[in-house]
Parts: sequence; structure tokens; C-alpha cells
Amino acid sequence: MTEKDVSVLMDAKQIAHAISRIAHEILESLADDEELAVIGIRSNGDHLADRLVREIKHIEGRKVDVGYMDITLYRDDLLTNPEHPEIKATEILFPVDKKVVVLVDDVLFTGRTIRAALNQIPDYGRPKAVRLAVLIDRGGRELPIRADFVGKNIPTNPKDKVSVALAERGGEDSVILTHEKSAETKKRAARGRRK
Amino acid sequence: MTFKRRHLLGLEDLNADELMNILETSKVFREVLDRPIKKVAPLRGLTVANLFFEPSTRTRVSFELAEKRLSADTVTFTAATSSVKKGETLKDTVRNLEAMKIDMVVIRHGSSGAPYFLTRFCSSSVINAGDGQHEHPTQGLLDMYTMWMKYQRIKGLRVVLMGDAKHSRVIRSNIWGLTKLGASVAVCGPPTLLPVGLEKLGVEVYTDVDKALDGADVVNVMRIQLERQQAGLLPSLREYTSLFGITRERLKRLNKNYTIMHPGPINRGIEMSDEIADCGESVILEQVTNGVAVRMAVLYLLAGGEGRKSDED
Repeated sequence: MTEKDVSVLMDAKQIAHAISRIAHEILESLADDEELAVIGIRSNGDHLADRLVREIKHIEGRKVDVGYMDITLYRDDLLTNPEHPEIKATEILFPVDKKVVVLVDDVLFTGRTIRAALNQIPDYGRPKAVRLAVLIDRGGRELPIRADFVGKNIPTNPKDKVSVALAERGGEDSVILTHEKSAETKKRAARGRRK
Repeated sequence: MTFKRRHLLGLEDLNADELMNILETSKVFREVLDRPIKKVAPLRGLTVANLFFEPSTRTRVSFELAEKRLSADTVTFTAATSSVKKGETLKDTVRNLEAMKIDMVVIRHGSSGAPYFLTRFCSSSVINAGDGQHEHPTQGLLDMYTMWMKYQRIKGLRVVLMGDAKHSRVIRSNIWGLTKLGASVAVCGPPTLLPVGLEKLGVEVYTDVDKALDGADVVNVMRIQLERQQAGLLPSLREYTSLFGITRERLKRLNKNYTIMHPGPINRGIEMSDEIADCGESVILEQVTNGVAVRMAVLYLLAGGEGRKSDED
């Protein structure tokens, strides 16, 4: 028997602040002669990439190439996963060669999605560097991958669920953490209250 | 949507959702073909055997390329170089291959139903690359994909299938697929090459090419096999050309934004002239490119996921 504990990790205002801060950090990290490209990982990373690029343009008037990537064909569980994932289009309509490419995703968890994205990028060319920007880093890495730009760090239990809702997909901007409390945790909490 | 099938034997078995799933997936692989590096890894570790018991260049190369671009390992053999020449049965050939741990079989065979026969004892996925006079499902799919890309719809299109409906497996696959997705299909050819009861498949049947082409969006012209004349089904190729050949004059009957298709290889000057085959409305080479993407989609959908698991469990 489990009980769910739901909390809001970020609201619309906090998400907007995080995007703005990441945009500033990206610009500060670039050398003068470095060309920037932003690639969002579908789904959600694509919308966050669009927001980042708008913010960068707003801050510095800089025009940045933006692309969108679906990582399905590069997943490591394609032949073993009983669910056949739907593949969405990858749209990288500019050369990535010699650019600093910032990959954008909503949640960084095991690192397997980013591993797949890193495998896909060389099929489009050889960037000067690849950086990673995520809205939420929830820990729980299964691969040695680290984000360069993070909106918010939240260590979570592997069974927890972190959902990012964005206005572009018909919701209201928010990041929600759903924590499943086991029967044991529930009992312990009740004992604590009695004391 | 999950694709639950393990084999692709024909389009007659598929429903509209499954057909659209294949077309949508093909769109993704078409983009892969335009990348600087045209290779992705979903079939890494799988082995595909291409068994071609009939001569074929286009379909065989298209399948081989599709498999290689999905990172599968492939073995290909044609009847001329296989043990079939020594009298080995199809069943034994395939069972031996399976003993060498293959995962998928692509088969072209002169007998209708040969791919279905394989599924009775074969644990691999079987893909029909053309069987006798039955079906050529991947050609049907790539024809539909080419139309879908140009018009952004299949529903409501008027498609004329020209040629030998009696022996053409491409016509049959086109009929099953297009009618399920809501196209209005007409078949036109000499009376000797039109099977009895064709109307029952939900198509209009014509022997007058001018009437067939009236108001059509797409004319998909099939190759006339020269042996049909020897079999007495065609008086002469010259007569076929004059009665059924596609000419500039005849194209005036089509809708303004028309498309000319041909699964190839073309008998230039018989089914259509050079001028028509190479004109701006002809998408014959595009069909060839799309063929690789569609075959990649089919291999991908059959290779993993639920279909494979549930059938094996």
C-alpha cells in the first residue's frame, strides 16, 4: 500500500527565472569567437530550447541556431523494451561543425537520454564542444554524465516522479514531484507524530 | 501507437492505423537519409537474411541499404547462387539459415504465399519482398508514402493504376493500401489482363484509358512484362502502347497538380515515353529514395517491441 505526496518544485515564475539565469550563464561561458547552437531534446527540451534562444536574443541580440532532436533511434533499450516508442522528427537544419552546441532537456535523471543525444550529434557533424543545460537535475545517474547549466538541483528517490508541464504543450508552467510513501514510511511518520 | 505484428506478408492484412503508423515512421527515416551520416543504430546486433529467388536489383538493393542504415548485419543470396540450384527445398534453406541465428528474413519468391509458408516454421520475422502474383507490400507502401508526401493526404485522392492487374503484385498491394486509407482507386488495362471480379475489391475498372484518367490526381503505371505478349494476352506491344501508353495528350485529362509514378524498371517507349518518364510531374526517382525509408520503417517496426516479445512468449 503506498500513499502519494505531491509537491510543486517550480512554478511559472521560477521556471522563467531559471531559463533567464541559464541563458546568462551560457553567454558568460562563451568565448568571443565561439558560435552557439541550441538543440532541444523532444519532448519538452524542444520548447525549453526555444525559450532559451529567445532569452539569449533578448539579452544580447545574438541570433542562435536552434534545432530539435528525437533520441528514440539511439536508445539502448529499443530491442528489449516491450513498449515500442513513437519516433518524432529530428530537425537540425544547420551545420553543427565548429559550434558550441548546448543540448537542452527538462529533467536529467539516469543520463541515458543524454548518452543517446551525444551519440546522435556526430551524425550531423563535429561541434567544437557540447554542453548540457537542464531545468531539473534530480540525481540518480546511471552513467557518468553531468550538466553544465542547471535550473534546480533536487535529489530524489528513484521511485519518485518528476513531471514538467509547459504552456507550449497545453499546460501551465510547473514542475511537480510525486513521492510515493511506502507503508513503512507511513507507519514511521505516524509513530513520530505520536511521540 | 505500438506496432504489434511480427511479419509483413501483405497490405491486405493491415488496418488503416497500422498503415498510417508505417507511413509516419517512414517520415522519420526519410530525414535520416538526408543527414550527412545516413546511419542509425536500432537494429544493431540483429541479422537479416535477404532471400531473392527471383531476379531483382532495385528491391534487393533497397532492402540491403535499409538494413545497413539501421546497423543490422545482412546476408543476401539470389537463387542463382543458392543451394536451391542443387535441389534444396525452401523450408530446408530457411531452417539452415535460422540455425545460423538470423533474426529476420526478407523473401522474394515466384510463388504466391511463399512468405506465409515460411511463417509456419520460422521463428524469425518474415518480410514479403514480392511473392508471385500476390503482393509486394513495401512497394505499395512506398507508393502510398510518395503520394502522402506530395498531397499531405491519401483520403480523397483519385489514383489510376495502369497495366496488368492480373499478374501485378504491385497493383494488388496498391489497391489494398490505398482503398483502406480512403483513396478512390481505378484500375485500367487490356481486358485480357484484368481479373474477373476486380470490382469487388472496391475499385473502378476501365479498359478505356481516357475515361480512367478523367479527373485523376495520380497515375501509377506498371511495367508490362514482355512474356504476356508471348502468352497471347497482348496482341502486340505497339498496340498496347497506342491504346494504354501514357502520352502528353492523355495527361490533359488529369487534375492540374497531377503525379506520374512507376515502380520501375520502365519499358521506355512502351508504358510511357522518355519525355513523360523524365518530366517534372514524374516522381519515379523519388519513389526509389522513399523505398529505402519505407523499408527502414518496416524493419524497425517489426524488429523490436511488443510484437516480437508477445509472439515469442
